[in-house]
This record gives sequence, structure tokens and C-alpha cells, in this order.
Amino acid sequence: MAWTRKILRVNLTQGTCTPEALNMAWARDYLGQRGLASKYLAEEIDPRVDALSPDNKMIMTTGPLTGTAASTSSRYSIVTKSPLTGAIACSNSGGFFGAELKNAGWDMIIFEGRAPAPVYLFLHNDRAELLSAEAIWGRSVWETDHWIHQRHQDPQIRVAAIGAGAEKGVLFAAVVNDLHRAAGRSGVGTVMGSKNLKAVAIRGELGVGNIRDPEGFMKAVVDAKAVLAGNAVTSAGLPTYGTQVLMNVINEMGAMPTRNWREIQFEGASAISGEAMHEPRASDCKPNLVRNAACFGCTIACGRISTIDPSHFTLRGEGRDRYKVASGGLEYEAAWALGSDTGVSDIDALTYANFICNEHGLDPISFGATVAAAMELYTMGVLTQAHTGGIALDFGNAEALCTLAELTGRGEGFGLEIGLGSKRLCARYGHPELSMTVKGQEFPAYDARAIKGMGLTYATSNRGACHLRSYTVASEVLGIPVKTDPLATEGKAELVKAFQDATAVVDSTGLCVFTTFAWTLADIQPQVAAACEGDWSMEKLAEVGERIWNLERQFNLDAGLTAADDTLPPRLLKEPANTGPAKGHVNELDQMLPEYYRIRGWTEDGRLKPDLRERLGV
Amino acid sequence: MRVTVKLYATLGAWLPPGAVRNVAPFELPDGSSVAEAIERLGVPPGQVHLVLVNGQFVAPEARAGRRLAADDALALWPPVAGG
Repeated sequence: MAWTRKILRVNLTQGTCTPEALNMAWARDYLGQRGLASKYLAEEIDPRVDALSPDNKMIMTTGPLTGTAASTSSRYSIVTKSPLTGAIACSNSGGFFGAELKNAGWDMIIFEGRAPAPVYLFLHNDRAELLSAEAIWGRSVWETDHWIHQRHQDPQIRVAAIGAGAEKGVLFAAVVNDLHRAAGRSGVGTVMGSKNLKAVAIRGELGVGNIRDPEGFMKAVVDAKAVLAGNAVTSAGLPTYGTQVLMNVINEMGAMPTRNWREIQFEGASAISGEAMHEPRASDCKPNLVRNAACFGCTIACGRISTIDPSHFTLRGEGRDRYKVASGGLEYEAAWALGSDTGVSDIDALTYANFICNEHGLDPISFGATVAAAMELYTMGVLTQAHTGGIALDFGNAEALCTLAELTGRGEGFGLEIGLGSKRLCARYGHPELSMTVKGQEFPAYDARAIKGMGLTYATSNRGACHLRSYTVASEVLGIPVKTDPLATEGKAELVKAFQDATAVVDSTGLCVFTTFAWTLADIQPQVAAACEGDWSMEKLAEVGERIWNLERQFNLDAGLTAADDTLPPRLLKEPANTGPAKGHVNELDQMLPEYYRIRGWTEDGRLKPDLRERLGV
Repeated sequence: MRVTVKLYATLGAWLPPGAVRNVAPFELPDGSSVAEAIERLGVPPGQVHLVLVNGQFVAPEARAGRRLAADDALALWPPVAGG
């Protein structure tokens, strides 16, 4: 059955840890992870609650295939109401923490209330304890990870933790597990901080059993791994260059948001690209990239392990030894947000800022994008050094970027203003139109004037601007599964809906969405069907994906969001792209959104029609 | 005529002399097609997945018919993806 059928409910207010049975009726409708935890959240909280109040809940959840022999079975998610967007949040992470949770015998942990004093959860198989975190409150993720391992004297414990920024209300704080994997988006770390929960430490030794048809499952897993091994993207492109191979692709086609989206191509792109990470540097003749890395069970291994140039300014001075290591390096999104969006083309400064985001638990996308917005305000003279504490926030200033990463990570000085996120920062200084966000969440690395489907993706994403809710870049740029014209709006409503529903399924299995560069749902379905009891046909999975999407949408509507929130900043709708193949283009969202509502079965104002609600049981 | 070629990721192994950061000038007979340019570069056509000329996509079936002009930028990738 793949599910352990066990949930741990942790009431932080009362200090209790209580096992309970998984609701299998909901599992049959929502599968697991993103879908199932969203169902629990929608059933258990009022969508209008203050996201940082004890009434919000935070769910750490695995999927039925997490921790199994399936490729990429590392994934877990954190589902909660987001303080950044006010919408439902689901942030997905890899590494080894999720598989450890499953190996400890649990499908999910539901955290509720707020601890009277800082605590961490220590979970060793069936034994769950809330222990004092007073000694590490205010410390970084890296210090917390070290402290917990030292205290429990077990190197195989897996830790997910928050940094000081999360404790101090930085609204895009991440939960970082295994030192450099992150449930990064939507401020899930901020929610954790509001609950006085510093970390979750897990040791699981029970194995993952309960596979409905073990022989059939192993055959399905072997078949699916052969597809990954035979596909050039998942067997060669991603392991060699990581996601960062996109830097030159997206820049060449003129879809690279630059300097807070004022421009659409970055002159420094090649210097911060995946190819540049392979180039030996002058100081020690070593490249930035040390090696690739795999999460639990992964046969793709797209992760980057990097070092900073030993002669770089970020490594000079006292207290720098912890950065003279090989650690989680630049992914495309981080390299874009920290680099192109701020105009910084110093790859070592970006690697350092990325280390800081991991060390202190920040979403590098929202952090970099908010710095970019601040840089535009500074360029306009709206922000001055009197506001920034003497930091010259010019576009391209690598030292300013690194200093702000430190300040935001620690929740100090002007870093606390950056920690508001782009929407609130721009509004505070009288220029809300400069915030490149949807529903309060900062954009990722694809300009919607040059990739039209991504405009609809961003506008309708249930967690605010995001590329991982419907990655139409695969089709519009890379030709996966079929090539579509990035500058056309026709057909994009259907494309976006198809990607949204399929991704909701993948995110509910425990597998990684990067498999879908090679797999379709037809490769995933046999694995789910062999592992899980019940009907898991292709038709059923398609229905589950649609149900999850509509459940999230209904949560957001009940939280007070409306169709007016399904929009894009005026810069994308009114300021044409200035160079490249998309020169002269804006995003014609108005040509796609009504069609999208129609094929979703929603009313003209974006609400679920009664017959849709009845069909899906939402 | 002289064009600019940009060979990225593993195709960087076929960059002509004088390349800086995956970009190099390249001499071609006037009126050469994309397919002819790929052949002259020596890149195995089966390894070329994504082709952009001046940033615009050229479909595989159009490579033989798409003529290059002087100063065009021809960019090639093997199968790649990210996110």
C-alpha cells in the first residue's frame, strides 16, 4: 500500500505528540504529499486565519513512493498557509530528510499551535519527543544541524531547520534540510518560526514496506529507470550541467529577466552559466563545480556541489572558514535571481550568496528578486543610503548583494526590510508597480513577454508566481513533449491546464518533477499502481490532478483571493520587451485567461461552478 | 561570410579555434544553411537538439532550408532542460 497509514500530530501549544491513522478515503482521492496534505489543511484550518498565528497548521508530508526503490523517491513537501501570499503554500524538497521520515514509519507530521518556548522535534521511529531548542534559537541552519548531530551522537540523523531570519519574520524564509536542500518558496520557514519550532530531526530504521505488489513494483521501477537512463536530458544534460544549462538558452532566446525585469537579456549571462561553472579559475586552476549530487534514490543527479574561488573577497577576513567548503552550488533559479535580476555577474559572489541562503534558510528566488526591486528603487532615488544603512544598492554591486544576504539571513538592519519581500517593500516606498510578483510571491527566471504560456502560469499559480506549477518552458522552449511557439497565445490555456494537473499528480507521489523531462504520467502510473492499493489508472490520476488543483483554488477563494489576483505586474502587460526575438512584445494575458477559466469549468470571475465541485468532490 | 557560432553544454567540444566562453566567429560559404553549418562544424547532427538563429527557434525539419546571412548568430545545444 506504500502509505504507512500513520500520521504524527504534534500539538506545540500542549507539547503533545499523538499518532493517528491516515484518512484512507482522502488518500484514495488525493494520493499523498501535496494533494493529501492540502486536503488535510483545507479540512482543518479556516483559510482566513493569520498565517503566522497558532491557528495555522504546518504539514510535513511524504508521498506513497517516498523512500521506495523508485528513482527520485526523495521528495517531501511542506503544506501550510503562506504568510507571503495569503494563499495555500506547498514547498517541495529533496535531499534525504523525506525518505528518513518515511523510514521512521510516518506519512506526515501535522504541526499545530505554538510552543511556549523554542523546541525541536526529535523523531526516532515510533518515539517522538519535543526537546528544548533554547540553546540554538537565533542560530543558523548549519549551526543547528551540527548541534543536533553532536547532541544525539548519531551522524545518520536527518535535520530540517530554520535560521534566524525565519524567527524574526523574514517572509520568504525556507526550511532547509540536509544543509542545502530547501522547501524554499512561499515562506514555509516563516510559519515554522512562528510556531517556535526550530528543527525537525529524524532517524528512521524501519524501512519502507507495504508495497501492494512488490514484484510488479520492481518491474515498473526498473522499466522507468531505463527510460531515465535512455533519455539524453536525464542521463547526460542534467547530471553534467544541472539546471544551470538553461542560463545561456533563456538569455539567447531573449527571455532572461534582467535588472528587475527592465530588460530581457543579460550581458553577464555566460559568466554565471552552467558552462562557466566548469571553467578552471586563475587562482587555483579549479572550476566552481566540484561534482554533481543526487538526492535519495535519484538516478538523475542534477545537484551542484561548488566551491568559492579562494581569492574572492567573500572569503577574506575572520570567520570565513565555513564558506571554504564544497557545498550546495548554483541552480538556475538561484543564479538568475541573485545574478541577472540584480545585474551581478560575479559567479563567486552568487555562489557565496547562495551558501548564505542555505546557511540561514532563505528562498534565493524571493531574496534576489526583492534585492532587485530595492536596487531599482535606489536607482530612482527613492531608497537612499540613509535607508540601507550605507549600502550602495546599485545594480551590479556584488558586495551589496552579499552584505544583504548576510543581513537578511540574520534578520538584521536593512535585511529586515528586504525580508518583507518585493510586494511589501515596493508598497512601503510608494511604488507597488515595481514589484515583480503575483499574489505577493516573486517571479522565477522566465520572462512572460517572451514565453507567453508562463504569463498564464504565473497569473493562475495557486501559490503565487512560480514555474513549478506548470512548466510550459518545457514545451515552449525545449520541445518537451512537443514544441510550441513561445510568442503565441493560442493553445496556451490548454497547455497550462495540462501541465498544472499533471504536475499536481507528480508532486503527490513522492517523486521529482524533473523526471518529467523523460517520463510522462504513463511511466509514473505503473509505479503508483503497483505500490498503492486501489484504482490508480491513468484516468484516475488525471482526475486526481484536476481535483488537487481545484481544491487549492477553492482554499484560496475561501481565503479571500479573487480573480483580480490572477494578473501580472503592469511591466509585463504594458512595457514591451526591448531586445531579442520578443522585442516589442508584452504578455497578452487577457487573451488567455478567459479561455483558461472556461476550460477549467470556472465562472467568468474564476470560481468553481457547482457541477465541477460535485464531480470532483471539492 | 562570417557568422557567430555558439556551441553550448557538451557541444562545446566542437567549438572552432578562437572561442571565448562558448562563442566563436566562423567562416561559411555565402548562403549556407543551418544544416551545412552544423556539418562544417563537425557536430554530429544527432546530438543537436535545440537550434536558435538570432534567438529564434529553427525546427529540425527546417535546418536544411534555413539559410544563414552574414553576422547571424547560430546557437546549438544538445538535449538539455532545467527548472
